[in-house]
Amino acid sequence: MSILVDRSTKLVVSGITGREGTFHSLRNRDYGTQVVAGVTPGKGGQDVEGIPVFNTFHDAVQNTGANTAMIFVPPRFAADSILEAEDAGVGLIIAITEGIPAHDELRVFNTIKKNGRSRLVGPNCPGILSPGKATVGIIPASFFKEGNVGVVSRSGTLTYQIGNELARSGFGNSTIVGIGGDPVPGTDFVDVIGLFEADSETDLIVMCGEIGGDAEERAAEFIAASVSKPVLAYIAGFTAPPGKTMGHAGAIVSGSKGTAAAKAEALEAKGVRVGRTPTEVAEVAISLLGAAA
Amino acid sequence: MDLLEYQGKQLFARHGIPVPSGKPARTVEDAVAAAEEIGYPCVVKAQVQIGGRGKAGGIKVANDRAQVEQHAGAILGMDIRGLTVGEVWIESASEIVSEYYASIVFDRSAKAPLIMLSTKGGMDIEAVADEDPDAIARLHVDPLLGFQDFHGRRLAFEAKVDEDVVRPVGAMLSKLYDAFIAEEATLVEVNPMIVTPERGVKALDAKVTLDDNALYRHPENADLRDPSAEDTQEQMAHERGLIYVKLDGDIGILGNGAGLVMSTLDVVALAGGKPANFLDAGGGSKAEAITSAVEVILSNPKVKAVLFNIFGGITRCDEVAMGLIEAFKQINPTVPFVVRLDGTNDKEGRQLLAEANLPNVHIKSTMDGAAKKVVELAAAS
Repeated sequence: MSILVDRSTKLVVSGITGREGTFHSLRNRDYGTQVVAGVTPGKGGQDVEGIPVFNTFHDAVQNTGANTAMIFVPPRFAADSILEAEDAGVGLIIAITEGIPAHDELRVFNTIKKNGRSRLVGPNCPGILSPGKATVGIIPASFFKEGNVGVVSRSGTLTYQIGNELARSGFGNSTIVGIGGDPVPGTDFVDVIGLFEADSETDLIVMCGEIGGDAEERAAEFIAASVSKPVLAYIAGFTAPPGKTMGHAGAIVSGSKGTAAAKAEALEAKGVRVGRTPTEVAEVAISLLGAAA
Repeated sequence: MDLLEYQGKQLFARHGIPVPSGKPARTVEDAVAAAEEIGYPCVVKAQVQIGGRGKAGGIKVANDRAQVEQHAGAILGMDIRGLTVGEVWIESASEIVSEYYASIVFDRSAKAPLIMLSTKGGMDIEAVADEDPDAIARLHVDPLLGFQDFHGRRLAFEAKVDEDVVRPVGAMLSKLYDAFIAEEATLVEVNPMIVTPERGVKALDAKVTLDDNALYRHPENADLRDPSAEDTQEQMAHERGLIYVKLDGDIGILGNGAGLVMSTLDVVALAGGKPANFLDAGGGSKAEAITSAVEVILSNPKVKAVLFNIFGGITRCDEVAMGLIEAFKQINPTVPFVVRLDGTNDKEGRQLLAEANLPNVHIKSTMDGAAKKVVELAAAS
């Protein structure tokens, strides 16, 4: 198995006719993902290297049976595009777009939750990769191999860093899920860790958190209550000053809330090992996997 | 973006929230003219984005022209916890019967706006929350439903506001919610919200934080940004489209991806160093962006050594190397650089750097090794 994306993924890309949208859609297809459609209003009937383009998500889903959407449109159009995909019945919506207004994200999150028929991953995320099966998004797939480590992360490059160190030591991943760096992620650590717990291919779970919010603290509670597999964590931003947004819109220590130290402490209190550097996380993962092999 | 008190009050006024009348002034003459128009007694309030203005002597009541002159003269140019006062707000003095607290925050955890109301206004609300949590009434509003009158009543009764002001307090909360939504704020806070002798309520202070990502829909709010109040390097980075946060150490940092840069700061700190900045060159960084980033980092005179930590995904390490080589041609840095290139085209990048043979540039292959080296170099210089 693996989670969320695999060989049965049929991808429709919103923004496929843009420069970045085209580039990454074709890269996803080259990797083996079934990219079945694109959506660009007004460009229905055209195609991008053989991928048919539709005016609406509804047309795309009806004609191609797409079950997963990737959102690549600029921030001012992104909320609308996500809601359109949801309205068209797409079950998994992966939003790569960075810079979506927070109130738009609030509206989108609550609408999707209320209707209860789609899952949103992101926004402001690098996507999802199940090595050897499919990739949706911008994760550089060549650095990862098939294996039994599930990774869930708020940060893209940090994930690449850890995944690459694992790969160099001969270990691989079941799935890598970027949940994104925004304040209102559609899918959180708890959701993904729950999926990994149920996935027969995942033996070890690595989570990469960062400052801001309380998703890591909630994950700690969830792991203690409901997860039997070993979980390793990394938290970025111990040296971040309060009140400053550190690159990601969601990465901010507000007053005394959302510090890396508090997150690490919450995880350790529930028995989750927290690596001090990305390299240490990879090393610990390798020793655990090596011992199990 | 955080607004100054008076900008927040002007925003409140646009949404029908009662605020004392007032005018901003940048000079003593303007302050006197404003006071003459508003009438006496009036209050001269320093406009800086920091708490504790009153204690620092930045808020004074004036009963006549001479006092306005005296207070405005003292407050303009005053240093309040590291910030220089460039502007004062002159407003008519209010009679205060009670001081309440009201706020709406963007609650990430609950994914809904959270309204808080308390009769313990005028003091630090975090302290109230610690000492007497029951003194704060809290309520989440379903963002798809919006604020309803019953929300206001529930909060007012639960916070035990005086019964004869339940209605005006509810109306104030409703208007604050309108402002929160319409202006796309992530925080609106009124502390104190006062009860007047006429048994009405008024916002005596205003703290407003707006979502930067939504400013394109609110050009009038975007115009309130004051670049002169920003740090020199942060302003320079802003103009070049770089994500930069100034820190107080001496090791310049450049990386790609917010998480990796945060992690780099931590790894440098673990190695015993002090980062001078956060700089995310972003995904797919091209050579020009790297050159421009080096200029920003080195414009901070405290920087004694620089660390490049790149994990190439979409970013190509050879592009980063070319950017650094170009930066050396243009600005000829005098401080040492440690460069760690890994990922897409890392061999090509390292090869380019080796061929360019830049003075005082050290190439490392691991993040931890690079951090250790840069800390050593900074300590030695």
